[in-house]
Amino acid sequence: MHTLTRKEKPKESHMRIELTVNGAEHTLDIEPRTTLLDCLRDHLGLTGAHAGCEHGVCGACTVLVDGVAVRSCLMFSPQAEGAAITTIEGVTPGPGELSPVQDAFCETHGMQCGYCTPAMVLVAHALLADNPEPTREQIVEAISGNICRCTGYAQIVEAIALAAERIRGANRPPELRK
Amino acid sequence: MLADDENARVIAGGQTLVPMMAMRLARPTQLIDITRIATLSYIRGDGDTVAIGATTRQCAVERDKLVATKLPLLAQAIPFIGYTATRARGTIGGSLANADPAAELSLIAVTLDATLSYRAGSKTADIPAQEFFVGPMTTALPSGACLTGVRFPVWPGKVGVGFHEVNARRSDFAFVSAAAQVELAGDGKAKRIAIGVGGIADCPFRLKSAEQQLRGTTLDPAKVNEAVRAALADVEALADLHASADYRRRVAATLAARAIADAHAHAQGKAQGKPHAH
Repeated sequence: MHTLTRKEKPKESHMRIELTVNGAEHTLDIEPRTTLLDCLRDHLGLTGAHAGCEHGVCGACTVLVDGVAVRSCLMFSPQAEGAAITTIEGVTPGPGELSPVQDAFCETHGMQCGYCTPAMVLVAHALLADNPEPTREQIVEAISGNICRCTGYAQIVEAIALAAERIRGANRPPELRK
Repeated sequence: MLADDENARVIAGGQTLVPMMAMRLARPTQLIDITRIATLSYIRGDGDTVAIGATTRQCAVERDKLVATKLPLLAQAIPFIGYTATRARGTIGGSLANADPAAELSLIAVTLDATLSYRAGSKTADIPAQEFFVGPMTTALPSGACLTGVRFPVWPGKVGVGFHEVNARRSDFAFVSAAAQVELAGDGKAKRIAIGVGGIADCPFRLKSAEQQLRGTTLDPAKVNEAVRAALADVEALADLHASADYRRRVAATLAARAIADAHAHAQGKAQGKPHAH
């Protein structure tokens, strides 16, 4: 990982871009053909975004761009300039802590091999930010673009429902909590 | 830039072009990203049409109130395009310009007689959707031109819509899809009817003979069946690993009849089930 100073000029085949990832700003000299996925993994060391099919089918590379789940393998890094990018490394409230969604995934065993998990967690974050009270059908629809090859979908759906319930509960006064 | 380099490609959402590049099926020399051109992203009512800019994201159309009320057929078909995460980036113009035979947007554009606009150099021009799609992944867009927007006519009156498709997994490519829009007259007869099918041939097309036969009728299910079957009888359907030509023709007739039945019920004000893939 090499963070540049603004004085250096990029190589001719490269382009200078500024990315905001998990709240931190990075200036990078990068070939414009580098996908956002490769940029996150190889240039910023954020390996939580996984490379699965690399052509937009499996969903393992999902990250949030301005809060919305997108495929990072289908975006070129320069296209992400000016957006707030969130990777799985950015959803935890602090070092060693888990987000409510991650916590629910642990508790319901919403993962097996873990390959699809960061993407599933991010999709769940995007869903719950938009719809705090999703139905089972809406949860299934939200993760329908993400493939889990261990086929642990039942627990993933359970995890997202549990997280939704807890997040709603946390925002209510104690006497109204379930 | 486009005119100077025939291997340059316009990129917007990149949800089709980038996978094609990843598989080395497309090897453009240059990519021209048009997504930041703010004036190409809009949804606006324009009298009796709704105009949508080429770089408008599919997710924006999915959530748009004007589209939901004025273009119910488009609103119903949009959730079938890819997944939430691809609709977040994919654009209206990108899908139309890509002209996949199975694309939902192409089918809706053809069914509703949309008009597409493009710009080549400093010239702008319009082209009807039925002339725009000329083959699989092939359009009548001149070399060096860039699609700028699409206008869908709004049908007034008692309008109902129906949309159905068959695929292996929800949101995968449709093997066959069918769309119908009906306007009922005061006497309950079909004043206007448009029926389109997609995925079955090189480009989506209308079942014009069935439209003619069914206009002015009460859309009796037996007559509808007969008319769509007859309209599809001579169609040269695609055959591939997923589905034979016979299967595609048969399913197209069934889905078209269902879409018309849904549109009819919808126009009569009957509650409609949630659209779903089969």
